[in-house]
Amino acid sequence: MNWADTILQGILLGGLYALFAAGLSLVFGIMRLVNLAHGDLIVLAAYLILVLVDTLHLNPFVALVIAMPIMFGIGWLLQTYVLNRTLGPDILPPLLVTFGLSVVLQNGLLQAYSADNRRIPSGYLDTASISIGSLHVGVMPLLTFVSAVAVILILNRLLYATELGRAFRATSDDAVTAGLMGIQPHRTFAIATGIAMTIVAVSALYLGTRSNFDPTIGPARLIYAFEAVIMGGLGSLWGTLIGGIILGMAQTIGGAINPEWQILAGHIAFVLVLLFRPRGFFPRAVD
Amino acid sequence: MALLETHGLTAFYRDFQALFGVDVTLDAGETLAIVGANGAGKSTLMRSISGVLINSARQILFEGRPIGALAAPQVMALGIAMVPEGRKLFPSLSVEENLLIGRYGRTTRGPWSLETVYRLFPILKERRNNPGTALSGGQQQMVAIGRALMSNPRVLLCDELSLGLAPVVIRDIYAAFPAIRESGASIVVVEQDIGQAMKIADRLYCMMEGRVTLSGRPSELNRGAIHAAYFGADS
Repeated sequence: MNWADTILQGILLGGLYALFAAGLSLVFGIMRLVNLAHGDLIVLAAYLILVLVDTLHLNPFVALVIAMPIMFGIGWLLQTYVLNRTLGPDILPPLLVTFGLSVVLQNGLLQAYSADNRRIPSGYLDTASISIGSLHVGVMPLLTFVSAVAVILILNRLLYATELGRAFRATSDDAVTAGLMGIQPHRTFAIATGIAMTIVAVSALYLGTRSNFDPTIGPARLIYAFEAVIMGGLGSLWGTLIGGIILGMAQTIGGAINPEWQILAGHIAFVLVLLFRPRGFFPRAVD
Repeated sequence: MALLETHGLTAFYRDFQALFGVDVTLDAGETLAIVGANGAGKSTLMRSISGVLINSARQILFEGRPIGALAAPQVMALGIAMVPEGRKLFPSLSVEENLLIGRYGRTTRGPWSLETVYRLFPILKERRNNPGTALSGGQQQMVAIGRALMSNPRVLLCDELSLGLAPVVIRDIYAAFPAIRESGASIVVVEQDIGQAMKIADRLYCMMEGRVTLSGRPSELNRGAIHAAYFGADS
């Protein structure tokens, strides 16, 4: 086993998990809503990009640019007409509704696209790689990681340096007082979910180009996203990236030792982190 | 026409009725004080006007326009800002961000900006990068007032400014009120401290058990009548 190569691949895979997790983390951070359909929404976005690529013969990255506003709209509608009605002092309704949504999405996709394995073709990028010394790095894994860092940079900038970001954080702190400031919490939530869904579209592109997908793989992506968020510490986006990297490294190292251990190694790393750092690596001070 | 008035305002918390037909009027440029003991309905009145509680539309009029049924963000957009009881600063925002959130989505120009709020409360400028909740109680109250002023309100509602603050701090905070009045805002102050209320108010309402029991100019009211209206007992 080439250690340097394995660790590098693990870090790059962590970028994909951080992308899965970023949208989940944003929505949870702002409205304390755990979206159990997050993984299935990623799969939905992957099919959306696939359809755009297949029917319009677009480059997948061009298809992403079209898919992002569509996913924003889907997120906005979902929050406005469904999820906002579930929010309240009781945490159970949003869990039940998003769980139901997860089932509906999986079966809807199964009906529409069958259970066949699909993949978004990305042309020569599928196999393109660059060499750094003795290491070979795939262009798509590298792009995934760069996109994850870019998404987190942009999200942090949005949250901490814009009026909208202040409104997000104020609403998260205290929705009633935010209302006194002229902020409409439900409208703010709809924008937040819309933004989360544009990130979902980005993660769907890399999910769909790097591996096969079918309508049932959403829940496993949700678990990876959860693990990344929890290991990083709730509420910290950079923590989410670290959490994703730990998960990615554990999986690649486990897989390098024995391919059967790949998934298991990730979950074991998660349990170990929970044992020794129950609040994750960078828990938000105020909670 | 009064700037803001309530007509037979009633308010409920589920089955519990907190206000039983409250009539209050605020004229432009005026400062009102509303006094009363705990549970008299003062805060409920503030929450009703500001839209935190929804009432029937015509029970609250702003420039003759019914606003009783509007939610807080719409009431805020009309120019009615509230300093809520207990200050309610946003813990994940810095002092400056707490002030900036006060003018969220507003484009109206007016006398109040970060600069003028810092001039009113200079200590806030020194501490502008601290988390809002890291400040002393008095300083937090200044942030809460500044945050409401940032929207350049026509009516400023202040709920229990002196709650939990030392008398010397309360004096500092009320020292800012002449400047706020000069800026053109009409003010409604809810106070438990009758002496403080009589000092700053043009008119005073006394509430008890969800009703107005006494009202008038401070100079026309004597302490005995206020005590009776406040505690409901002859003293």
